[in-house]
Amino acid sequence: MLPSLLVYGLINSVTLAITALGFSLTYGISRVANFAHGALYVLAGFSAWFFLNRLKLNYYLAALLAIMLTSLIGAAIYRLALIRVRGMPLLEIIVTFALGSAALEALRYFGFLGSHYSLPPMISGSVNLLGVPVDLQRVVLVVVGASLVLFLWLFTRHTRIGLAFRAMAQDEQAAMMLGIDSDFMATLSLALGSALVALAAVVVLPLSFIATESGSNILVSAIAVCILGGLESTAGVVVASLLIGYAQIVTVTYLGPHYQMIVALLAILLTLIVKPSGLFGQQKELEERV
Amino acid sequence: MARRLERIDRPIKVLTEDIYALSSLRTMLYVAAPRLLPALLVLLIPVLAPGDYFQRVATLAAIYGLLALSWDFIALSTGLVSLGQALFFGVGAYLAGLLNLQFGLHPSLTLLLATVIGATICTALLAPCLPLRGIYFAMTTLVYPLLMARTIEATAIVGGTDGLVGVASFPGVWSERYLILIFLLAAAFSLRRLMTTDFGLVLRSISDNDQAVRASGINLTYYKLIAVWVGAALGSFAGAYFTHLYMFVGLSAFSLDLSILPIACAVVGGLGTLAGPVLGAFILVPLAEMLRDLGTLRIVAYSLLLVALVLFKPEGILSYLKRKYEQVERWVEV
Repeated sequence: MLPSLLVYGLINSVTLAITALGFSLTYGISRVANFAHGALYVLAGFSAWFFLNRLKLNYYLAALLAIMLTSLIGAAIYRLALIRVRGMPLLEIIVTFALGSAALEALRYFGFLGSHYSLPPMISGSVNLLGVPVDLQRVVLVVVGASLVLFLWLFTRHTRIGLAFRAMAQDEQAAMMLGIDSDFMATLSLALGSALVALAAVVVLPLSFIATESGSNILVSAIAVCILGGLESTAGVVVASLLIGYAQIVTVTYLGPHYQMIVALLAILLTLIVKPSGLFGQQKELEERV
Repeated sequence: MARRLERIDRPIKVLTEDIYALSSLRTMLYVAAPRLLPALLVLLIPVLAPGDYFQRVATLAAIYGLLALSWDFIALSTGLVSLGQALFFGVGAYLAGLLNLQFGLHPSLTLLLATVIGATICTALLAPCLPLRGIYFAMTTLVYPLLMARTIEATAIVGGTDGLVGVASFPGVWSERYLILIFLLAAAFSLRRLMTTDFGLVLRSISDNDQAVRASGINLTYYKLIAVWVGAALGSFAGAYFTHLYMFVGLSAFSLDLSILPIACAVVGGLGTLAGPVLGAFILVPLAEMLRDLGTLRIVAYSLLLVALVLFKPEGILSYLKRKYEQVERWVEV
């Protein structure tokens, strides 16, 4: 029992982290809470499926195209819509949320729902970890997740764009005075955040079906992870995913599958009530509560 | 040649603003018409609307109007933006269903009890989040209805995924049609009235600058609790009414649509005007009914309309009408 809890808890945690990184990155840099996150995830899954099955492309090419397409959509959302309501958090949420639900409902209308659509696993076969059989796709998932965190850490510390991102996150006005184009960076942040969620979709979706219903679940768990870890902190995302991931696996094992989402929702509520800045957030206290 | 649009108050508006309001029939009409005419129109709906179908649409519009009014009141008075109106609606709906099925109470009594108890429960749930601001409060409220629905689904209490079936309906068709309209009008007018009192002034200033209000020695939490209680009461009443109207309550009472639609109504009608969201509901709900054939594409049309309005016409219909009614516009050369 324990080894399986450990292994599957880790896999669940990495799944949470990889789907939440995009949301966290976008919010951390541009302060845009991208509520279309779940819709982008589903969209990426379906476009990968489309490239793979309808256009008969190579698997990795299809995945790459899906990621690029999603990232373009993210950039377009900022350029065409969000740029007009920038700085008004409520309207940003309404706009992204409405766009997200429009995309999901449109997909549902055109019949992309249920369990008819799935991506094949990248590698088949399985290995034994601590005596627990784990299929290779899940191993790929963990490897991709870990390298993604490492990549982001290096990227934000050792490249010009990454440093500009962090400057934006710390103080937008000061960053603008140093010649960093705020709108360009925000566009990039949305594009990068969308690319990350698309990557997550391509890696995670072979484990189950592509379903429009998963859009809101992805959004909720991404928000849960980001809020528990602090909305802009990558380290927070990792720690929070481990916490929520293991908590979910434990409750699912002992209480039943219905409780998986309740854990995430309770995590959001309790964090917001007790410490809204999250475990690792560096928000100014006065901005979030009276 | 550069031009700009100049806006000047109409003479009659200036005249009616102070003691001369009652100086002539014309000024009295000017003041009363925009208030009485819509009220009269709303009260005439049950008589004039043809057929049961349109009656039902009007009742639905009134229910959503009440929900939108509750959203706008909370946002206007305390600056707390709720993304979870479905919480109020769902709690009211389930309470009415339970009270009716478990204790066999008459709909008139369940409506009253569901409103009061529901509002108290919702306020108690939201009380710990009241110090939160902006996006944080919005996210907390977004989570509550989801949590409620998942809990009911997982624990199978109050009917689980099947919901509660066989709730009593209203005693007569006229009470079913009129009760909600009268309640809606009463709520809209009394809330507008409330906002002009000293109490309302404090509420309004909380949304402008809460620190200044606190510095004046006013207990913020007390005011916020009352505002949320009032808003939750309206939402719970809407939910309870819905339960008795359809004689059924299910998990859909906590669905996300119920949280989005009030915001859409408020954006269409005009944010912070109280009457605007009601107007918005009476436009959007019939529109949604007309688009019913489109299935879920309806929500697509809805969401895109909402986005377009937020981006390009954030003013709202009521604010636009009010401007035209009170001001003259003309182009002047600069």
